[in-house]
Amino acid sequence: MGEKKKKIIKTIKIDADKCNGCRACEVACSAFHATPKYSSNNPARSRIRVIHEPLKDMFVPVYAGEYTAAECMGRDKYVLDGKEYDECALCRASCPSRDLFKEPDSGLPLKCDMCESDPTLTEPLCVQWCITDALVYEEREEEVEEEEEQEDLEIGLEALADKYGMEKLIETVARLSVAKKE
Amino acid sequence: MEIDLSRGSIERVPTNPKDTALYLGGLGTNAKLLWDRVPPEAEPFSPDNLLIFSTGLLGGTPATGANRTIVSTFSPQTLLMAYSMMGGFFAPELKYAGYDKVIIRGNSPELVYLWINDDKVEIRDASHLQGKGALEAAEMIRRELKEPKAQVCAIGLAGENRVYYASIEHSRSSASRGGIGAVMGAKKLKAVAVRGKKDINVARPEEFMTLCNEVLNYIQHRAKNPIKGVPPILAGIGSPQEMAIHDEEWHTTSFAWGNARHRRKGFWTKETAEVWKKTQEKAVERLISCYNCPMKCGAVVSYPALGISKYMMKCYSKLTYVMGAMADDLDFGFRIAGLAQEYGVDGYTAPQVMAFAVELYEDGILTDQDLPGFPSGNEERFFWLLEKIVRREGIGDILANGTYWAARQIGKGAEAYDRNTIKKHEQIPIKLGMLNPIYFLMYSTGEKMNITQIEGQMPQVPFATREEREEFVKDWIQVPDEKFKEFFLNWELRGENAFPHYPPPETACDLVEWQETMHYIDDILGICAGLSSFPIKPPYHIHNLPKFISAATGMDFDKDRLWNTARRIRNLLRAVNARRGLRRSDEKPPEDHWKKRFPDLEKKLLDTYYRFKGWNSEGIPTKETLDGLDLAYVAEDLLKRGILSEDETAAAEEAAEEAKQN
Repeated sequence: MGEKKKKIIKTIKIDADKCNGCRACEVACSAFHATPKYSSNNPARSRIRVIHEPLKDMFVPVYAGEYTAAECMGRDKYVLDGKEYDECALCRASCPSRDLFKEPDSGLPLKCDMCESDPTLTEPLCVQWCITDALVYEEREEEVEEEEEQEDLEIGLEALADKYGMEKLIETVARLSVAKKE
Repeated sequence: MEIDLSRGSIERVPTNPKDTALYLGGLGTNAKLLWDRVPPEAEPFSPDNLLIFSTGLLGGTPATGANRTIVSTFSPQTLLMAYSMMGGFFAPELKYAGYDKVIIRGNSPELVYLWINDDKVEIRDASHLQGKGALEAAEMIRRELKEPKAQVCAIGLAGENRVYYASIEHSRSSASRGGIGAVMGAKKLKAVAVRGKKDINVARPEEFMTLCNEVLNYIQHRAKNPIKGVPPILAGIGSPQEMAIHDEEWHTTSFAWGNARHRRKGFWTKETAEVWKKTQEKAVERLISCYNCPMKCGAVVSYPALGISKYMMKCYSKLTYVMGAMADDLDFGFRIAGLAQEYGVDGYTAPQVMAFAVELYEDGILTDQDLPGFPSGNEERFFWLLEKIVRREGIGDILANGTYWAARQIGKGAEAYDRNTIKKHEQIPIKLGMLNPIYFLMYSTGEKMNITQIEGQMPQVPFATREEREEFVKDWIQVPDEKFKEFFLNWELRGENAFPHYPPPETACDLVEWQETMHYIDDILGICAGLSSFPIKPPYHIHNLPKFISAATGMDFDKDRLWNTARRIRNLLRAVNARRGLRRSDEKPPEDHWKKRFPDLEKKLLDTYYRFKGWNSEGIPTKETLDGLDLAYVAEDLLKRGILSEDETAAAEEAAEEAKQN
């Protein structure tokens, strides 16, 4: 158990009623996370996706959350205001059951990191680019149990281990490191 | 990417970097392809005609509003080059799939659709989609491909039946002018579906993003600072905010109703305003946008009480049917526009053709024999005509060719009712009093043939007082040159500095060149006119657009190089059309466009404009002009065909000499 610690909680308030479905958030997100920064954009790599079904009046930005190795036992369907959302549409997980929130070429999971960077942004880029104010950034202070954050590298490795098996992963890393030394 | 529908072949061809340097993309490279590949004798419906779906140079980059699809081909109606643009989500998706353009040649023997999924491209059977509505077909395709994220553009029944003003529909947008949907129908191509998951790169990322942020900031600035002294519909940016604003006094009282005939100056009363406001609020479920754009120029229309299924509407089609039918109710507009979209017809031309038919019937030129079972109310008549036209049934077969051709097929004096076409193409119905020299030139010479896609940037009428004008020019950063401010400051409602003799022809040419050049640039880059060439004080302008190009491509562009590139493309388009027979005699607005006309002044305006452009007295670019724009190959072809002669330059100089003496 970690100690109690003050922590800034970063929140994006999503006002789906204000969303006009333009997907600028997807553009901004994928550009910010490109290497080098802003050198490319590709909504398929974005860590935010807009559920965009204009004729069903569905306009909901959803952020990529935790990677999960296993799919849920069942599937969620939400009906809100008489509108039935697709299976698992509102779920944030990068999950084996679907393509969403995965790098299109490697299949590695994507997760919103609130645009953590150095220098830090005043607010995540998707929020800055959403001038219709469907996305609004808020910070508040909370006392939380301290916990090690899982780093990007670890999340990626874990996903690879799940996909190919730990043994194969270790073998490959070993082989690669030998090859690099040579 | 090249698709030959006659042979069923698919070929990936890299974009030629030399062409990119000279013509950039979008409209520019489309025009080059049409010049190079389609012989001027080719009929629009023949397999030789190309149908090009193009992204713009900046398409799919983070540049706000760079989402336009530029569709180019030859028009069955005008027989000249047709190019129409649509917003929405199609072009960026195509670019994410890795393509700048889809070039379609040949005609398929059976109805097909194209499925582009990154590198995988298929020509698929579409027989089960025959007769389906454009948006209905799009939904069916997404479902059968199990690709809810695929972007689709499709034709409806009108396109399949080669109606000369059939549109290509996509989501909330359509490419509708010039009958390009009919060309798609002739190619038996029901739809194009695309899904892309690749990166779009820019050359100088930090610089590019800084420019994007400046544009976003300016959009917010303009949202807080509407232009004073113009009608509400013109005060903001974006397309005219038809879905958000219900005050339609300006359109309903200044534009002509019916067959471009009647002004209803007293139409907009307090009562009408209230009823229309209610209707609109009931009908509009949500304001929506195109890809990567914060504006909300479109709307989801949902009006269960009217028994119509939901659809998405853009801008002005809310009024075109209402005014064409002389209807008093906005309800009617919402009812018929949804159906017309599924059938896929141009929201400008279709209601005018219907109004033309109604007038012919009322004046006895068309009879009950021609129109068996024609209803008595105008609204019902429009629905009746729409059904006939999209099926080419009975009189619909003639009306499907548009006002110009229909009038000549019907005969019996019907020609006189063709009162609102230029170059065989229906115009926005505006009939005004005093000749406007700027608009005279834009209407006459615009290759785009749709005034909203030629005009822009300036208030359409002068401000009443000097103080208001001074206030206006203070933050007018968009002007290419200070002389435009001078013009505006001196421009008066009455007296010497008013229409028709002010602005003088030379200034009018400058003003026209500025306005149309900005549209050319947008269509090359794939940027929406609503953020750029159309509104007053837009976020994109001649001073920041070259920077966008430089940062995106790494080519060094400045204002002069961009202006010159737009000139090159403008002249290439003119040459494409000249080679297909466009001449001076075609370049005139409808006779009754203004009540007060000035033939001598109009001649002088056209002469001055041609000279200003480096064109001969027939409006064809001279060899010297073409050579100076790296278009020597165009000059050579025009000379070989006898369209230009060697002494052409001399003719232009002669005219200049003559003008000096006058």
